[in-house]
Amino acid sequence: METLAFILHNLPAIGERTLEHLSIVGVAVGVAIVTGVPLGIAITQSRRTADAVLYLGSIVMTIPSIALFGILIPILSKIGQGIGWLPAVIAAMLYAQLPIVRNTYTAIRNVDPALRSAADGMGMSVSQRLARVEIPIALPVIIAGVRVAVVINIGVTAIAAYIGAGGLGTFISRGISQSDIRQLITGALALGLLAIAADYSLAWLQRRLTPRGMARP
Amino acid sequence: MIRLEALTKTFATPKGSVTAVDGVSLEVRQGETCVLLGPSGCGKTTTLRMINRLVAPTSGKIFLSGRDTDTVDPVELRRGIGYVIQQIGLFPNMTVAENIGVVPRLLGWDAARRRRRAAELLSLLGLPPADFADRYPNELSGGQAQRIGVARALAVDPPVLLMDEPFAALDPVNREAVQGEFLRMQVKLRKTILFVSHDIDEAVKMADRIAIFHSGRLVQFAEPDEMLAHPADAFVASFVGSDRTLKRLRLICVREVMTPLEGGRVDTGPPTVSPDDDLRRVAALFLEHGTESLSCADAAGRVVGVVTREAVARRLAAEGSR
Repeated sequence: METLAFILHNLPAIGERTLEHLSIVGVAVGVAIVTGVPLGIAITQSRRTADAVLYLGSIVMTIPSIALFGILIPILSKIGQGIGWLPAVIAAMLYAQLPIVRNTYTAIRNVDPALRSAADGMGMSVSQRLARVEIPIALPVIIAGVRVAVVINIGVTAIAAYIGAGGLGTFISRGISQSDIRQLITGALALGLLAIAADYSLAWLQRRLTPRGMARP
Repeated sequence: MIRLEALTKTFATPKGSVTAVDGVSLEVRQGETCVLLGPSGCGKTTTLRMINRLVAPTSGKIFLSGRDTDTVDPVELRRGIGYVIQQIGLFPNMTVAENIGVVPRLLGWDAARRRRRAAELLSLLGLPPADFADRYPNELSGGQAQRIGVARALAVDPPVLLMDEPFAALDPVNREAVQGEFLRMQVKLRKTILFVSHDIDEAVKMADRIAIFHSGRLVQFAEPDEMLAHPADAFVASFVGSDRTLKRLRLICVREVMTPLEGGRVDTGPPTVSPDDDLRRVAALFLEHGTESLSCADAAGRVVGVVTREAVARRLAAEGSR
């Protein structure tokens, strides 16, 4: 009951923290899509480059987010941005790369070679083949990668509260430091709901963007 | 129309270079269907794919309508050549009409014109446009998909069609039907066709001339009847099969061996054949009834001639071909 009262009392603050959270996740995933999708397509040309890039991506994934923030502080301090929004976005963007690059790469590589052969044989240029055949067919799998990236980022951004980036993690960090169970539960609840809502809306988008001829009945 | 001159392709493999196509020269005439025939790995598909530059030749020249294809941009070249592959390769993200409209769109046709052309081709292939234009490939049967693959290749009415085992993935009944339709269509369209096959029966049925390949070399280039009657070497003889005489029967029609009759009826018993039947039916009736001759009746049932075992044998022994 106490927690419920707290939530009702702090609705405007929760809303504000949610927007902060979304601005970090949104910008990070946006940048990751703009860079990761072309990268995922580019590395389909060379098996060795692909292996190297995906390996690097996996290494980034193994770095704990708190450690990554630690690494970024001295680097970004040089431009006066050691803590706050920017390092949070950069870290989240790095974590978003692997799922997006890997899904793009896998999806493009898995396009039936016969389709590529037909497209080439009919006189499509490489960019026409990508735009009209390969990317539309790969799109559902690419979006599945974006979904994973968004959910990961919602979690990573919660930790970013410790470097002063704001967001819903603030309730958790304060809840811990002030031994306030109400804030802790509020933060966890809001994060969980945000992750579920984001995942559902992207699932909807994924269905919308799946070419009709490829939808499973 | 299509002329290959000493066309050669070698592939570098970890075990050294392999010659896939070895000095192939041949000329396909305008409106002719030439079947490239041979076992897998004989170089027939590589030869085909060099014509639209999906494979770059190691040496040799290819001329299309007298123009050296080396001098043409490959993407440009391919838009002017119809291409059909065994796996069909219909794009699953596009409707049937959009699939047929791919090359027209590359050439900048507007949407209405693409749509009209798709409807025209669907009708030509016996698929009602109202029913099929907006379907997706996953809503088609194998035979329908293959017909649409052919329609797509014909979209901009290219003079040349390259077909890489186009009907091999179909079941025998469907294959017969699609082959028959294709032959009827070809009578109207008179395209210059290079057709890859590993099936001697299909080759005999479809080809004006057959080019038979063995280990990258062209070993014989002849009309089907000629090839069946006089295989160039032991390989060709074994590839066309020991029943090659039976295969020839389908190429000869009754009219060619029939002795015409003026007026008088000859009673040779009930089984009759039409002058347009091929000799397979005649041979079957000979065997079934043990007769020496059959009467030929026209559509109205009037007896117009007789065909005898001797005449058939004489025709099969004759030098040359049609």
